[in-house]
Amino acid sequence: MIQQSNRSISYGLAINEAHRIALRNDSSCFVIGQGVNNPWFVGKTTTGLQAEFGEARVMDTPISEAAMTGACIGAAMAGMHPIVFHPRMDFMYLALDQIINHGASWSYMFNGNVHVPVVIRGIVNRGGEQGAQHSQSPFAVYSCIPGLKVVCPATPYDAKGLLLAAIADENPVIYIDDRWLYDEEGPVPEEYYTTPIGKANILRQGTDISIIAASYMVKEAMAAAQLLQNEGISCEVVDLRTLQPIDMVTVNHSVAKTGRAVVAIAEWESCGVASHVGRMIYEKNFRNLKAPVQLVTLPNLPAPASHDLEKEYYPNRDCVVKAVQECW
Amino acid sequence: MNKNSVPPIPLLNNSCGLSPEEIRGLLERMLLIRYAETRIAQRVQEKKIRTPCHLYIGQEADAVGVCAVLRNTDYVFSTHRSHGHFLAKGGSLEKLFSEVYCRKSGCSGGRGGSMHLCDPAHGLLGSSSIVGGCLGIGLGPALKSKVLGLDAVSVVFHGDCVPEEGIWHESLNFAAIKKLPVIYVCENNLYAASSPLEERRIYDNIAQLAKEHGLPSEIVDGNDVFAVYSAAQSAVQRARAGEGPQFLECRTYRWLGHVGPNDDIDKGLRSYDELVFWKKRCPIQSLETWILNKGMMTQTELMALHNHASKAVDQAEKLAVEDVPPSADTLFQNVYYGEAAK
Repeated sequence: MIQQSNRSISYGLAINEAHRIALRNDSSCFVIGQGVNNPWFVGKTTTGLQAEFGEARVMDTPISEAAMTGACIGAAMAGMHPIVFHPRMDFMYLALDQIINHGASWSYMFNGNVHVPVVIRGIVNRGGEQGAQHSQSPFAVYSCIPGLKVVCPATPYDAKGLLLAAIADENPVIYIDDRWLYDEEGPVPEEYYTTPIGKANILRQGTDISIIAASYMVKEAMAAAQLLQNEGISCEVVDLRTLQPIDMVTVNHSVAKTGRAVVAIAEWESCGVASHVGRMIYEKNFRNLKAPVQLVTLPNLPAPASHDLEKEYYPNRDCVVKAVQECW
Repeated sequence: MNKNSVPPIPLLNNSCGLSPEEIRGLLERMLLIRYAETRIAQRVQEKKIRTPCHLYIGQEADAVGVCAVLRNTDYVFSTHRSHGHFLAKGGSLEKLFSEVYCRKSGCSGGRGGSMHLCDPAHGLLGSSSIVGGCLGIGLGPALKSKVLGLDAVSVVFHGDCVPEEGIWHESLNFAAIKKLPVIYVCENNLYAASSPLEERRIYDNIAQLAKEHGLPSEIVDGNDVFAVYSAAQSAVQRARAGEGPQFLECRTYRWLGHVGPNDDIDKGLRSYDELVFWKKRCPIQSLETWILNKGMMTQTELMALHNHASKAVDQAEKLAVEDVPPSADTLFQNVYYGEAAK
């Protein structure tokens, strides 16, 4: 997709702008979460919203993940379009019953007579020696649940476009943004637009190998592709953008062309989205593959606190380069 | 439960000044639930209905008394024991029967079954079979009222085991701090499945706990439809007037076991004496006695109401039995709302 805009803003401010537009355009939209004005919790992504739209539509909440998430699911059933955010995805587990048993199942269970147009926003905030309970990015936990949609923007453009698409969607959408991307700058049109949910994006054309990435790892994949160009390897970078429903058509089309694939997603390998994408590539492209699909993921262990261990734990561009090199 | 703490046989007092037509309406609604549940129990026994049915017999005054004070634009959330709430809020008897037969024309298209009834046209946005599942969700329409400046209220029916769940406390506190127009109605029937209240709680203090969370709370005789109506009316009026969330505990008893058509006495889960004790407090019989004593209706007129309910159930069941099951090609329909099957 061509991103035409002369204006460049950060990923964090793009999220803020999407909120602002939604609150302005749609009286059924409201925002609720812990620390709505607290930069430690949300960066600048909701700064100023309460001052502009008032406490009734931009609410701080008690520390009750299940109740506040349920409240937004219930408001959505009654025709509202709420956004509920969790400052760390680790805390969002406390609301899993509301999300999975209720939000995700409701449309099916009641045959579409009641549905749930809610946005549940989970913020990934890892690193900084925060340890196992403040660092998680469990994409697969949500991506395996029927009825949920899961999006995870990697660029400022999609940070805004996917949030507005999530708000416009009539289904529960898990919107996952990553604080490691908040200061990334990129072109973002000022007006309303949406990034289609369920469509991957080819961020870089290449001929030798497909690097399929999501969220923060897209940035690392783009950097790796640049490094590999110097070695004469032409990488195609596919930004998944949506993890459920996943756009395997675009992925498999790319792999059919290149014959090699690396899947880079910073979550646990076991039963993770990267493993799932790998399996789906084998299903359609088994005979086109010139090498086994390589995965770049988190190792299967809780996040450590120590900075030295963190450096080992989190994958980066070097891991992507190494995985690509394994394919020859 | 200590029998000293349960109410005597309801004597009923029409303190709300309900008209004879309104009283007749309450009785008709309770009879409809009683006849529907009795029929469903019979069909479960015969294995003609397979979906697990948690029957409401004995508790009719709670759903009927509360829903009678609500408007179509008010919202209600229910539980696994949802038939009574569905009918009391105005749900169609045909759609109930089609759903428990898991047929296409059921209120949930045969996808929900007995535990998942909805009727959005009358404000019933669904029922959850997870204990405490709708406690937080029920805050939602109340938030809507607050954000949009509406006067609709949200009512969340729940059982006496829900205060054992964390979300009960989260939700009551949330409602209180945000001053939301939500009414939590706890139907205390003394059992969670087969576990009696006194084995689950250190104190008999549910309404008191709600009060500590900041909700005006009242305990009423849940077998006295006038008492339930009166308490619900006050609670709804306060919530609608912007006074924040309210709590109502209805003391009652379900005549049948946790699930299915039996009374669980043969399994040693409850005592025969206890059941007899509560059957003497039948909410329907109590109201009928009151009506007869007041000379409001004759025995013949009462029998006509019974016949009418019985015939309505016959007709609804007939339609359900004739209805078709949902077709296999709709299996994927509505996983995502409004999107084509995949």
